Amino acid sequence: MKQKLMHSVRKDWKKNWSLYVLVLPVLLFFLIFQYRPMYGAIIAFKDYTPALGIEKSEWIGLENFTRFFQSVYFGRLLKNTLLLSIYNLIFGFPAPIILALLLNEVRNRRFKSLAQTITYLPHFISLIVVTGMITDFSLTTGLFNDIIALLGGERLSLLQEAGLYRTIYVASSIWQEVGWGSIIYLSALSGVDSQLYEAAQIDGAGKWKQLIHVTLPAIAPTIIIMLILKMGTLMNMGYEKTLLLYNPSTYETADIISSYIYRVGLLEQDWSYSTAIGLFNSVINFGLLLATNKLSKRFSETSLW
Amino acid sequence: MKVKRSRGERIFSVFNYILLTGIIVICFYPVWYVAAASFSDSNTLSAHTGILLYPLGFSLEAYKKVFANPMITRGYLNTLFILTAGIILDLFMTSLGAYFLSRKKVLLKKPIMILIMFTMFFSGGMIPFYLNLKDLHLTGTLWGLILPFMINTYNLVILRTSFESIPESLVEAAQIDGAGHFTIWGQIILPLSKAILAVMVLYYGVSIWNSWFWASAIIRNREMYPLQVILREILMQNDVTSMTTGIGAADQESVAMTIKYATIIVATVPILCVYPFLQKYFAKGTMVGAVKE
Repeated sequence: MKQKLMHSVRKDWKKNWSLYVLVLPVLLFFLIFQYRPMYGAIIAFKDYTPALGIEKSEWIGLENFTRFFQSVYFGRLLKNTLLLSIYNLIFGFPAPIILALLLNEVRNRRFKSLAQTITYLPHFISLIVVTGMITDFSLTTGLFNDIIALLGGERLSLLQEAGLYRTIYVASSIWQEVGWGSIIYLSALSGVDSQLYEAAQIDGAGKWKQLIHVTLPAIAPTIIIMLILKMGTLMNMGYEKTLLLYNPSTYETADIISSYIYRVGLLEQDWSYSTAIGLFNSVINFGLLLATNKLSKRFSETSLW
Repeated sequence: MKVKRSRGERIFSVFNYILLTGIIVICFYPVWYVAAASFSDSNTLSAHTGILLYPLGFSLEAYKKVFANPMITRGYLNTLFILTAGIILDLFMTSLGAYFLSRKKVLLKKPIMILIMFTMFFSGGMIPFYLNLKDLHLTGTLWGLILPFMINTYNLVILRTSFESIPESLVEAAQIDGAGHFTIWGQIILPLSKAILAVMVLYYGVSIWNSWFWASAIIRNREMYPLQVILREILMQNDVTSMTTGIGAADQESVAMTIKYATIIVATVPILCVYPFLQKYFAKGTMVGAVKE
């Protein structure tokens, strides 16, 4: 057994050594920039000070974690993160599917390509510019308020309102990503056999029945894969947009785990504590991903790996 | 075969066009608004409320102020440097990794693939990442914005899937001729993958162009700020003072508005210019990426 293994190792090395040399820089990249920080995350269980370094800092067990679970922020951060994610999922996930279905019905090629070009466009506008635009439009003299006033509403400094924050966040995310997100569904739709539609029409199925019995089953695997990917990131709300859009007057609804890590870690330099919060978050994310993947495997035979 | 469309289908079609036209307007109007406002006369603009359809009292004043701001030029140059060095290194590293993972019958392929794919789903988090950069003395340099981001694992998977579709017989023929893996990678695989490499340039380019967070986290010297960080100062922190000196206090606010809009246009136009040319590659990239393991 052992001899056989040695033999195949030697054979593999003789045949593939240059391939291993070739992949070496890639491995080094992952070790240095991905796995080294993963090792560095052990400071979550230590009282880390830069002077002592990672190894020499004292172990303190789960103290950082219990401190987070007992802090007044814990409940609010968890709630805000989950709610923002769930709203994003409920409204943001179906939007590109619906857009793709609508685009797929367009017969005029030029109109279709115009619609695609323009709906993809916002994806390429930088987040700084998008949030800059939102900030300006939300001023009492801004475009949003001009429209609200036109409709007979009252002018408000929209980004100072904690109650409106999630709506603004989710709506602007849909605006930016709906077109780009539809590409993958459009390509899935283009793969549906047109004979299926013809057969359905001969059977007297209208548009709605064709959608239910032909189109949706055909793109279901794509939808499920995308849904698993999304579910796995449910607690992984990015901090970039939050950092650009929130302010102390909206922390109540806007502050999420990752933006809190940023403030406690990079601004207040409470390294161990912020790392512990991050680690807690990463573990939950990973668990969510495993769980959704398992569920999907069970019910639809579609999975990530 | 042409099936005659029923009444219901025609109504649906009209409804569909109206709905899509609405979506087009919503996607396009904010961009149009910013463009129109940037060419407007600042006083006329600040007096105006409501929908803006075209520039009010055409003026290039705001653009003159933006181009006179040395920080914008500085930011452009820094971003250009990160883009050039970044894209070259990104393509080099990503294609090496993709080539390795696209080979068959390699003993350590599976463990290496797991090692790489695992980073898509788990990471050490923001703070250890930062401390790692600090430990490697990459904070305070533009290399700190390039080296840690050389490989995006999603892009690596897309590229590998594309490499796998190249006929194995080409590789075998080259091996019989005595070509090593470096030769096959550089002289067979890469030249045959120009389209997907263009997609990679687009993906990496856009993400480098748009990134700002790590620059704001690790760079203290303002001379080294990339464009987006400068933009953030101007747009978010309302830092237009350097561009409004010599303007009466009463006009400051309205001028500041048009300057902001002009800055947005100046910083967005390069992306919008390359965008239509690259559009045909988009679908290709996402489609390859959609093919699962």
